[in-house]
Amino acid sequence: MIMSGNRHNIKLNINGTVHDVEVDARRTLVDTLRDKCGLTGTHIGCEHGVCGACTVLVDGVPVRSCLMFAVQAEDKKIRTVEGLADEGRFSLIQQAFHDYHALQCGFCTPGMLMLATWLVEREAAVADEELREVIASNLCRCTGYQNILRAVRAVLDGENP
Amino acid sequence: MKPVPFKYTQASTWKDAVSLLGEYGEDAKLLAGGQTLVPAMNFRLARPNALIDLNTISNSAYTKTTDTHICIGGLARHIQFDVPLTDGPLREFLPRVSRHIAHVPIRMRGTFAGSLAHADPASEWCALIVSLDGTIVAEGSFGEREIEAKEFFVSALTTSLTNNEVIREVRLPLLDEGWFCGFQEFSRRAGDFALAIVIAHLKINQGVIEAARICIGGVGVVPFRAASAESELVGHSPNSGIFTRAGEAASILADPIEDPHATGSYRCDLVKTLVPRALSEASTLAGLKI
Repeated sequence: MIMSGNRHNIKLNINGTVHDVEVDARRTLVDTLRDKCGLTGTHIGCEHGVCGACTVLVDGVPVRSCLMFAVQAEDKKIRTVEGLADEGRFSLIQQAFHDYHALQCGFCTPGMLMLATWLVEREAAVADEELREVIASNLCRCTGYQNILRAVRAVLDGENP
Repeated sequence: MKPVPFKYTQASTWKDAVSLLGEYGEDAKLLAGGQTLVPAMNFRLARPNALIDLNTISNSAYTKTTDTHICIGGLARHIQFDVPLTDGPLREFLPRVSRHIAHVPIRMRGTFAGSLAHADPASEWCALIVSLDGTIVAEGSFGEREIEAKEFFVSALTTSLTNNEVIREVRLPLLDEGWFCGFQEFSRRAGDFALAIVIAHLKINQGVIEAARICIGGVGVVPFRAASAESELVGHSPNSGIFTRAGEAASILADPIEDPHATGSYRCDLVKTLVPRALSEASTLAGLKI
């Protein structure tokens, strides 16, 4: 990290691609993803960690990217919704969200997908109670959650859509 | 909103963090999990001139269990308590408490020690450490010192840490076999701040309560032990009559916060209700039917 004053030149590894960016220390990770790296898939909601719209994976675990400064994410592996599909093919969890109508307006979807991706990639058994607890981390104001739970459950159970 | 400009520095050791605190003065803030500090900065309620990042201190996120204690590194995250760290009465109890803290992504970042240093009256860990008579180990410019939990919390958001001290470790004493723990929390929504927290530890021998610890959080400006409620219980066999009396005794001791979320008398009513529930929970774990 090279810094002059409050500005820092950092390298961010996002979805396997290294981005060289110059940021103010006060830039949150989500603002940097959107404004400096052109990755606008991650949404900004409440900016105080409640809504979960900005959830991304940092070194494999879900974090609120509005509560982490970009300078803190240097040398870490960041995954965002843009990294889920493989050459135009949906990931399993994206396909399940499509099949089960697990989104309506789509605002919460990037955060929900990253949270769900973490859950299914853990490859551990997930009881319904835990599934509900984890998905409750993020706010959705339209689906009523039932279809999101069905979509994630389908992937956890290895159902082929 | 966005935070005001600040200088960002990374500490490489606890001593380094202390010297950076000295360098940047009293408007500097330590950054651990940031799950409370960063929202406050985003809203510009907090305007530190410098952030000293502790996440870059290596080997600081440990938890290790000895014969007598769980030692918690200054950077250990809440999520590490979602799974059992020890045998004995705390085995299932700590995960039960931990799961009441916000939600998974917040628990991934937020730290146990950061929670103590912030000293929110509604913090689960603050109530827990007082209930267990734990110890806070602080690193400062004059070296290391140990602070008893009951001396640590001064008022809401205020601790006995000085401006150039940082928590490097927290020690929770283990409970012997024969202790049983109950936890009750009331909040408006799952993951939201608690309006009242009750932690009850009972030592039960042959159906009689030999010792009791009741700690109330979220009600007063700091968590407190309800000594008169504890003495109601000792020497009796667990029953709903003495549990109710203990709840009444604890609510009389409370000096409740009044805020837009709940009136003081409502918080006292919660104590009256939650103390018997926590005691029943502990007794049920002891195999007793109440």
